[in-house]
Amino acid sequence: MPTIIEEGKDTIIFVTKEDHEAPSNAELVEEDPNDPYEERGLILPSGEINWNCPCLGGMASGPCGSEFKEAFSCFHYSKEEVKGSECLDQFRSMQECMQRYPELYPQEDEKDEKDKQEQATESGANAASEGQKDNDTTESEVKS
Amino acid sequence: MLKCRAVWRKLAPLARSASTQCRHNVKTALNNGRRQAFVPATHMSTGPAGGGGSENTLYVVLVGAACLGGGAYAYMTVRGDSKRYEERISELASRSAKEAPESQPPVAPEPEEAAPTSEESAPVAELSGETESASEAPTEPAVTSLPESAPAPEPVSAPLTLPSHAPYLLIGGGTASFAAARSIRARDPGAKVLIVTDEPNLPYMRPPLSKELWFSDDPSVTETLRFKQWNGKERSIYFQPSSFYVKPEELTSAENGGVAVLTGKKVIQMDVRGNKVKLDDDTEISYDKCLIGTGGVPRNLQVIEKAGDEVMNRTTLFRKIEDFKSLDNVSRNVKSITIIGGGFLGSELACALGRRSSETGLEVIQMFPEKGNMGKVLPEYLSNWTTEKVKKEGVRIVPEALVKSVAFKEDKLEILLKDGRQVKTDHIVAAVGLEPNVDLAKSAGLEVDSDFGGYRVNAELQARSNIWVAGDAACFYDIRLGRRRVEHHDHAVVSGRLAGENMTGANKPYWHQSMFWSDLGPDVGYEAIGIVDSSLPTVGVFAKATSKDTPKAATEQSGTGIRSESETEATAVTPVASSTPAPVMEHKDEYGKGVIFYLRDKVVVGIILWNVFNRMPIARKIIKDGEEHADLNEVAKLFNIHED
Repeated sequence: MPTIIEEGKDTIIFVTKEDHEAPSNAELVEEDPNDPYEERGLILPSGEINWNCPCLGGMASGPCGSEFKEAFSCFHYSKEEVKGSECLDQFRSMQECMQRYPELYPQEDEKDEKDKQEQATESGANAASEGQKDNDTTESEVKS
Repeated sequence: MLKCRAVWRKLAPLARSASTQCRHNVKTALNNGRRQAFVPATHMSTGPAGGGGSENTLYVVLVGAACLGGGAYAYMTVRGDSKRYEERISELASRSAKEAPESQPPVAPEPEEAAPTSEESAPVAELSGETESASEAPTEPAVTSLPESAPAPEPVSAPLTLPSHAPYLLIGGGTASFAAARSIRARDPGAKVLIVTDEPNLPYMRPPLSKELWFSDDPSVTETLRFKQWNGKERSIYFQPSSFYVKPEELTSAENGGVAVLTGKKVIQMDVRGNKVKLDDDTEISYDKCLIGTGGVPRNLQVIEKAGDEVMNRTTLFRKIEDFKSLDNVSRNVKSITIIGGGFLGSELACALGRRSSETGLEVIQMFPEKGNMGKVLPEYLSNWTTEKVKKEGVRIVPEALVKSVAFKEDKLEILLKDGRQVKTDHIVAAVGLEPNVDLAKSAGLEVDSDFGGYRVNAELQARSNIWVAGDAACFYDIRLGRRRVEHHDHAVVSGRLAGENMTGANKPYWHQSMFWSDLGPDVGYEAIGIVDSSLPTVGVFAKATSKDTPKAATEQSGTGIRSESETEATAVTPVASSTPAPVMEHKDEYGKGVIFYLRDKVVVGIILWNVFNRMPIARKIIKDGEEHADLNEVAKLFNIHED
């Protein structure tokens, strides 16, 4: 049983692991997936890409922003069997642009950036985890 | 918009050839149409009256009318197209004419830059049909955005002028402005954003100045300003290196737009009706949309300000990079530093300097009016516990201290407190709050909030039609928590991003709740969200450290559900005993990890996650719901505090 101590207006409760074993009966309000105010993940409910997603970092806003957007849009809307296979031109011009700014786009991380994008697309498609990821990256932006 | 640009770029070469084709076709169609129109006329005037003739006539009339209609439509469309085409040409011509004198020198030493941009410049060159000047226009941005490794070869011959107009003008070069710039660029492709800051630095993040930078092993950290993140990776405090930005002089002509930072210039006046600002060097910049992100200036104690130069020269007001450098230097050269202030900044600096004291023998003193560290944030029991931890970091705490006067005597600073206590020290750091910078309010006619300070803005961070305010200087309406002003880093990021979204037409209110965090030594780290004011009633749920030790039998015997550690020592504890200090003392070491809820009218308005991490989304959800919860222990279960 939890230990409860009252210190004036402050209440202190000590709980063991067993005390918290039973699932919570606290009621949370159901999430509205179409809430216009809510901060969105990478993919908006309409299916479009949220270029302002914190998960993209500065990719869409830097000097290579337009190249990145073109490449990523092509990839996102690609319906080929190998997704994005018709987007090689766009990815190439993006890569060329990034090579001009080695400070901003470190070369050894380039492959990681692409992997991250692909990862982001896959996880962004999952609406449930959007909020979670969004917050984590805001905080990683914050903590960093 | 993006797709249009992409499509346009791809179709541009086609468009040119297509338009000539079209015009060719139309000419023939027109001629045909005219000829056809003539045919029925002549036919009708000369044709015989009668059935056969009229049927034929009708057919010819219909065909003729159709051709005429089709031809006319095609002609109108192509006319519109060619008009757009002409406009584009003239625009390019005027642009290249402006740049011709400037772009000649940079293009000469760097011809190879044309190669990677040829893909981009080719369609432009085709459209324009100009010679070198047009092809130099697209290479302009490529040249300007080269990393600034060689500032010398920059052309001095042609005078580059600062922009007189910025579509997006951001006043202040801090976190809020940078977040807004990023948001604007993400949502408005090709946007031209000008940041004006009176600091000499590019935008940087502030938290490491009082945290990570002090724990770096690198002796040159004051120069590099690099630190190790929680995930092990190293980074600079600057949000982006200088190569990310466009030079202010080149902003207007940058084809894809960009973010330019004008350093060392202060905006001193704002003309809201004329949509322009005046800088301290008398230049004027007009804008379409403006963000005020002027942050604030550290407060000082009046007694210090009145104490004279000797005292002022030995006092640090900590906020900027130069303050960090100066304090780092001071801490290596004095024997005693006193921090006045027991809030976030004061406590973090005290812990950082305290850690250094073990190596250097530096005496670190911290004094504040409250009873314990973070006294205005943490409930008393937790504030006291935290103070003990700060003491363990090597800091001498002087609580309940109100400074009466400060004097410079015998090479030392003498701080006299109102209760008679005296503290002798070499250097003072005053961390007594932030004064929001509302210098522009008067000239701009903007409202200043009397309760919280700062510019008063609505829930969408708007002060007036084209003016938004974000960050420390914004007193805004939070739909959930009411009117407030927040001085935390994540709020600057969140509000800056929101302001940027609204400057590009989003019309969204402040909804995503920002958070903050602090670390006080190796044992105490917490994240918080919402309103965490210690004057509010709180409910803290902490994980019991030694739950396995306590026998269950004793719990069942007590019956009332109140259990204390003393039971293991076979001492009976009555329900009355719980309100005495004794049980609290026994739990002294038990605030290891937990969740603290701050309540206002029974609704949770603030949450602190005490040494419990990665649960912020749950906390955010609870605040957003704004529900009354009967049993907060049940709510605490959602956080799984016993897990790691």
